Amino acid sequence: MANEAAIINVAARTSLWLQPHRIVLILVALGLVLGAIFYMRWDWLPQYYEMGLLGIWRSLWILAVTCVLGFLLAVPLGLAQATGSFWFAAPAKVFCTVIRGTPLLIQLWLLYYGLGSLFPQYPWIRESWMWPYLRQAWPYGVLALTLSFAGYEGEVMRGAFAGVPKGQLEAARAFGMSRWKIFRRIWLPQAFYRALPTLTGETVLQLKSTPLVATISVIDIFAVSSKVRQDTYLTYEPLLLLALIYMTITGILVFAFSRIEARIPNKVG
Amino acid sequence: MLGLLHSIEIALGATCLGLLIGTGGAYGKLYGGPVVRDLLAVYTTIVRAVPELVLILLLYYAGTDLINQALTAIGYQRIDISGLAAGIAVLGFVQGAYSTEVIRGAILAIPQGQIEAARAYGMSPSLMLRRITLPAMLPFAIPGLANLWLIATKDTALLAVVGFYELALATRQAAGVTKAYFTFFFAAGVLYLLLSLFSNFLIGRVEAWSRRGMPSLKEAR
Repeated sequence: MANEAAIINVAARTSLWLQPHRIVLILVALGLVLGAIFYMRWDWLPQYYEMGLLGIWRSLWILAVTCVLGFLLAVPLGLAQATGSFWFAAPAKVFCTVIRGTPLLIQLWLLYYGLGSLFPQYPWIRESWMWPYLRQAWPYGVLALTLSFAGYEGEVMRGAFAGVPKGQLEAARAFGMSRWKIFRRIWLPQAFYRALPTLTGETVLQLKSTPLVATISVIDIFAVSSKVRQDTYLTYEPLLLLALIYMTITGILVFAFSRIEARIPNKVG
Repeated sequence: MLGLLHSIEIALGATCLGLLIGTGGAYGKLYGGPVVRDLLAVYTTIVRAVPELVLILLLYYAGTDLINQALTAIGYQRIDISGLAAGIAVLGFVQGAYSTEVIRGAILAIPQGQIEAARAYGMSPSLMLRRITLPAMLPFAIPGLANLWLIATKDTALLAVVGFYELALATRQAAGVTKAYFTFFFAAGVLYLLLSLFSNFLIGRVEAWSRRGMPSLKEAR
C-alpha cells in the first residue's frame, strides 16, 4: 500500500516536472545534440582519445591535490584571523587580501616565469635535490592553485570559526578538554559544517581555474583540446566537447558534495 | 599603462552589460513564462558550470564567426570585430549569468508589501522597476555585485589568452622583451591589487549610500 502511494507520488512529481513546454525544449536540445553529432567532424576522437583521458585524469588530480592542500593551509589562516593576536592575524589578512585581489593568471605567471627565471641564477639551487622538480611546470601550477584556494577559503574559514557559538566552546572547556581536543572535537567540525556549502562553490571555482595551468605548459584536458584544435584546424568541436566535460565534472562534484552535506547530523545555526 | 586602461574599460563595459542582462534575466526568471524561465535556467547553469577560459574561447570564435556569416548572408562585407567590443561582449555574457542570480536573490529579499503597494498605486511595470524594485533591491544586491565587479577585473586577465591587449598580456610582452619577468609580473600584481583595494573603498561608500535610511548592520546584530 505504502509502496503504491510512493509510486503514485513519484509519478505525480514527474508529470509536474515534465510539462508540455519542457518536452518541446528537451526535443530541441536533443535535436541540437544529434545535429552536432552528425553534422560536425568527430573523426579525430579515436586518435586523441587516450590523450584526452590522461588530460582529464591530470586535471582531476591537480584539483584534488590543490583543494586538499589549500584547505589544510586555509584552516590556520582562518584561525589566525578569527582569534589570533595582531601579529598572527595581520599577515594572514594581508595574504588573503593579496591573493583575492590579484588575478590567478598573474600569480601563476609570477611564480612560473618570475620565480622560475630567478632560480637558475643561484648555483646551490641548481645543485640541490629540488632542481629536477623546479625545472618542470606542474609544481608551479600546483603551488599557485593551492595558494589561491587557501586565500579564498581562509576568508571563508575565518567566518566559519567566528560563527561557532561561544557556549559550545565554553561547555567544552567546562568538560576539562585540552585546547587541542577542543579544536579537534568541537571547533573544527562545527566550523567545517558551516563552511561546507561555500566549500562546494569554492571547489567548483577551483575546477574552473585549473585550465589556467595550460598556459604554463602543463598538459591538462584544456591543453589537450588546444592541441586538437591546432592539429585539426577545427574551432568548435574540441571546445564544445571540453565544455561538456567540465559540465559533467561540475555536476558530479555538486552531487557528491550534496551527499556529504546531507550526512551532517543536525542543522547548524 | 595602456594595458591597465584597457583592462578597466573591459571590466566596466562587461559589468554594465552584465547588469543589463542580469536585470532582464532576473525579471524573466521571476515573472517570465515557463519557457523563458527554463531557458534562463539553462543559460545560468551552463555559464556557471563551464570555465571562463573555455567560454571566452568559445564565444570569441563563435561570436565573431556568427556575426561575419550573418553579414555575408545579407550581402555585407565581412568586418573585423575589435578586440575591445568582443571582450566586453564575451565577459558581459558571462557576468550576466552570475548577476542574474544575484539580482534575483536581491529582488526576492524585498519585502513583498512594497511591491504590492506599488501595484496598488497603479504603477506600470516599468515605472515600478525604476522607482521601487531597483532602488529597494540595491542594498541586498551590492555585496554580490561588488564581488562580481572584482571578478570582472580579474577575468580581464584571461583575455590575454585570446590575444587581446590588456594588462596581463602587456606585462608578459614587456617581461619577455626585458627578461625581467619577476619585476614585471610583480608590478602587474600590485596594479591589480591597487585596483581591487580602490574598488573596495568605492563600493563601501556606494553601499553606505544605498542603505541610507535602513538600520545599520552593526546595530542589528
